[in-house]
Amino acid sequence: MPTPTDAASTQPAEAASFSASDNPVIKFVDVEKRFGDNIVLKDLNFEVAQGERVTLIGPSGSGKTTILRLVMTLEELTGGYIYIDGQPLTHENRDGKRVPVSKKDQKKLRTRIGMVFQQFNLFPNMTVLQNIIEAPIHVLGQSQKDAIAKAHSLLEQVGLPDKADAHPSSLSGGQQQRVAIARALAMDPEILLLDEVTSALDPEVVDDVLNILRQVADTTNVTMLIVTHEMGFARDVSHKVMMFDGGHVVEEGHPDKIFTNPEQERTRKFLSAVLGH
Amino acid sequence: MEFFEDWPRYFEVAINWSDRLLAGLWTTVQLTLFGGILAFVIAITLGLLAGSPNGWLRIPARILIEFFRGISLVVLLFWLMFVLPQIWMRNPDLPFRDLVYNTFLLGVIALGLNYGAYGAEAVRASLTTVASGQWEATTALSMSWPHKMRRVIFPQAWALMLPSLSNLWIHLLKGSAIAYIMPFVSDFTAELNQLRRPTDIWFSHAFVGLVVYFILALILTLFMQALEARAKHKLGRGPSLREILSPAPKAIPTEAPATARSAEPKNMAGPGGPSNSTPAGGVR
Repeated sequence: MPTPTDAASTQPAEAASFSASDNPVIKFVDVEKRFGDNIVLKDLNFEVAQGERVTLIGPSGSGKTTILRLVMTLEELTGGYIYIDGQPLTHENRDGKRVPVSKKDQKKLRTRIGMVFQQFNLFPNMTVLQNIIEAPIHVLGQSQKDAIAKAHSLLEQVGLPDKADAHPSSLSGGQQQRVAIARALAMDPEILLLDEVTSALDPEVVDDVLNILRQVADTTNVTMLIVTHEMGFARDVSHKVMMFDGGHVVEEGHPDKIFTNPEQERTRKFLSAVLGH
Repeated sequence: MEFFEDWPRYFEVAINWSDRLLAGLWTTVQLTLFGGILAFVIAITLGLLAGSPNGWLRIPARILIEFFRGISLVVLLFWLMFVLPQIWMRNPDLPFRDLVYNTFLLGVIALGLNYGAYGAEAVRASLTTVASGQWEATTALSMSWPHKMRRVIFPQAWALMLPSLSNLWIHLLKGSAIAYIMPFVSDFTAELNQLRRPTDIWFSHAFVGLVVYFILALILTLFMQALEARAKHKLGRGPSLREILSPAPKAIPTEAPATARSAEPKNMAGPGGPSNSTPAGGVR
């Protein structure tokens, strides 16, 4: 894993142009998430711009994964608002009242969001190809022919062109995760959520999966929200890194700055722990 | 011993009555099949409704499940056979008159309701047992509830619910013996009972009854195990249908009678023959 000091910065120059004034694709306003009495996130405000790639780092239990799950509507938002492309995802503020949005609007908005999970979550009752084309055909209404052609090109992209008819159970973890990436990309998401996508993989296949994601980052304009413990990857692909602890943003900024010269002691301690120096 | 010397004579009586016994057996098979089909439909319907996130669907389903699961099959049959007709007797103009006097149909309905309510719990439990990651993946792909259920969740739950449904179907088969209290329906147990009374020879009849119910249960078990092997194979687990022909004992329903449990592996070895004597895990 490249250390922060020796990694050549591949940051695109336009990184600095992402600012709060751009139309944010994701906007958190006073977000609060509690499980019972346990407050995981409180008064969380941040924005992610179109095409921006943001990595969330921090110790486990700091609420990073919860943020991704809130955007994917896998968790119920207990306070505040999340806006996707300016539209409320779960609740809207109507004259100061917090009103739930209609299920229909939420579903429509949700099709713009894709997610890749730590545990892959491929459907075991379907072949690789069926896994990829199921939602494009039945949710987006694509024709079978188009969906299959797209699936084959995605499988090529993730390096598994000959696995279309394989069953997920016959694939290795790394291969399953690559199929899961292809499945998420087949929906043409505007926003891609990556939830510790390499944490369940054998060390030797982690780089394969990360390289595919680097390539996706280089060749598409998809907005990414990433939770990872792979700091080299985070530094390569992200425009912004946010350090979380205890449900709060401790520090945020350009990866070069966060990884080489963090302002906060908490960030420094966390990084030296995960980077092992 | 005199008892054993008389054996052939005992069975002669049973054979002389074979027409009646076969007719009773046919009734039992029909009750088991039609009752099983109705129970299956009720189990799937109520099980899906009880697992629905919508309270307007879930709560009525739960009430129905708890009610029909909680009442005794015998009492339910008494109501359908003897109480229900009273209402129609006093009000001859009510519709569905033929239905109310069709005791066979009422028997099928009673079996279907009672065992269907049990089955609904198995269906609902299997749905919740499907890994949460699978549910989340369907949400991440924006699948609608019917879509995710039909294409992703149910096919996985199906493999999980089959052992329970198999168990219940065998219970239903044996529960169908209660049909002997039903007027105008002579099932196998009723015929055996008829045979016992005038002849005063109980042993052969009881023995025939034991063996016949066991064989029927065995057929159901083998059929359901074939379905289960097929369902698992589709999920990429377990080899194929060949597995059920192997001699290794599979998980036998825990509430099956002791006779079924001990004899099962031996009988299962039969149809397989020597070529199939590889153990269950053997890959060929």
